[in-house]
Amino acid sequence: MYEKDGEKYFVFDTHLHFWDASPANWVPGAEEYAKGWIECFHAYQSLGPGDTHWSLEHFQKYSADDFEKDVYTDGYVDVAVSQPTYLKEWYAKGFNAIEQNAELLDRFGDTFMVNGRFDPREGEAGLAQLEADHEQYGFKGVKLYTAEWHNGSRGWALTDPEAEPFFAKCEELAIKNVHVHKGPTIWPLDKDSFDVKDVDIAATSHPDLNFVVEHVGLPRIEDFCFMATQEPNVYAGLSVVVGGLMHARPRFFAKCMGELLFWVGEDKMMFGSDYAIWEPKWQIEGLVDWDYPDDTFSDFPRWTTAAKKKVLGLNAARLYDVEVPEELRLADGEGTPAAEDDAQLVEGAA
Amino acid sequence: MITQARVIAALATVHDPELDEPITDLGFVGSCVVSDGGDVDVHLRLPTPQCAPNFAFLMASDAREAVRRVPGVRMVGVVLDDHYTAGEINDAVAGGGGFGAAFPGESSGDLEALRELFQRKALLARQGRVVAMLLSPAGPSGTPSDHAAVVALCVADLPPDHSEVARCLVLRRELGLPCGPSDPALVAGDGSRLTAEELPLWLRRARLVGLSLESNGGICRSLLRVRHGVFDPTEEVAT
Repeated sequence: MYEKDGEKYFVFDTHLHFWDASPANWVPGAEEYAKGWIECFHAYQSLGPGDTHWSLEHFQKYSADDFEKDVYTDGYVDVAVSQPTYLKEWYAKGFNAIEQNAELLDRFGDTFMVNGRFDPREGEAGLAQLEADHEQYGFKGVKLYTAEWHNGSRGWALTDPEAEPFFAKCEELAIKNVHVHKGPTIWPLDKDSFDVKDVDIAATSHPDLNFVVEHVGLPRIEDFCFMATQEPNVYAGLSVVVGGLMHARPRFFAKCMGELLFWVGEDKMMFGSDYAIWEPKWQIEGLVDWDYPDDTFSDFPRWTTAAKKKVLGLNAARLYDVEVPEELRLADGEGTPAAEDDAQLVEGAA
Repeated sequence: MITQARVIAALATVHDPELDEPITDLGFVGSCVVSDGGDVDVHLRLPTPQCAPNFAFLMASDAREAVRRVPGVRMVGVVLDDHYTAGEINDAVAGGGGFGAAFPGESSGDLEALRELFQRKALLARQGRVVAMLLSPAGPSGTPSDHAAVVALCVADLPPDHSEVARCLVLRRELGLPCGPSDPALVAGDGSRLTAEELPLWLRRARLVGLSLESNGGICRSLLRVRHGVFDPTEEVAT
């Protein structure tokens, strides 16, 4: 819980990792990729405030104690959801596979959840694994990482026919939150591999699932916004937007927030720190303090206290069926209701 | 006489298709050496080793073509440094084999549809900036400011020396869209004239696409600064 100026905010961090990218976990022969990946992430961290930067060694592998301090003790987080990223062609145990994240389950109890994952290229075995993982961890969401390499393939799309049985399994098991991450991506090689059109099609075909587009589709925020306006079950995951832009590029950040509030709306945006790329503390404090820098932003929706409460925690709590203490909820009628249907906004959009 | 300045000027015509900015402004040209005999050796560097291979290929091959067109140039070498597919891309660019030769079996080999998709985004963003200029009090004097008047303008009515106007016309020509003096000043994706009713939402879309291109450029610059210590003139905050 975060408190500022008499207002109390329930904080639900929808995007964290407990990774091991230390050299001991690099796959022999793939060291170049494993090293390049974590160094790329480390460069992203430098976009946050200087006093939150870590050494590369610490960044490669951090402890459960570090996690507790950064996320819960200093970071105000009430509930955290870890999003797995496997990358097993590069990292022997995985970059942050579900088992690694699950090491934290006993320690943090109800305040920590693991999400699962699937990769349709794993076929029947993958389907059985998804079911077994769900049996063991009971997760309510999965993270899909379409840029993952697998047996010579450099990526996949949600519209691949092989993905269909996996979505059906999610519906059957009530795994209703599908977090989708595009990139840093590669495939299809001759098309725009950041394109979110496949999410659009999958969201239409599966109205009972919620599709959370991580990093708001960056670097294709425009395609994402046009889609989210039309699809009631598509949400914006704010990880990277806050961490990567709020401090380093405040003017861009203001424009992004304005556009997201206009096209997507405060009821469908969710905070995610992307820890350990960035610590949650400064992001949460900054979001609550944030406002548009000047009146050139007057035609964008306002960033109200109610909007902050929804985006920092209440929206995600709703998706994950997490009970929010009475004093941290919005009063009846507080906050603007979501626009019912903004589809006309993009009629004729190219 | 070939000079480095001439070669750099040629490289300045090469855009990152994804960001709609010249590779010279972005800091992607790591070095450019011109020998006494007219041989040119250019090294490109990108913000991360994982930058998309298709855009990386387009920039490398466009750079090679642009330098080859400089009169008097002899041998041209364009090398992409420190990228996870640098080997494939450099071999294909040097051999003139196209994208299909770089990644046999993994692509159709044709990047023109990808290029066009991003040219269309760039045109929307550029036109949006032209309209913002026309509607602003700081716009050229005598320029109409209401929506109906703006959509009624023709190309000949636009201030010809305005850089964004010129950039729009270049792109319209490349995309095969009408760009003569009596053609509409602003065009929809199919080349037709926009209506006053369409303009407010069209402007919102243009502004969002412009923001997307701009913020991706910003992220790339930030990463390039961290990776290569490149000075970033657009940096907002000292980190």
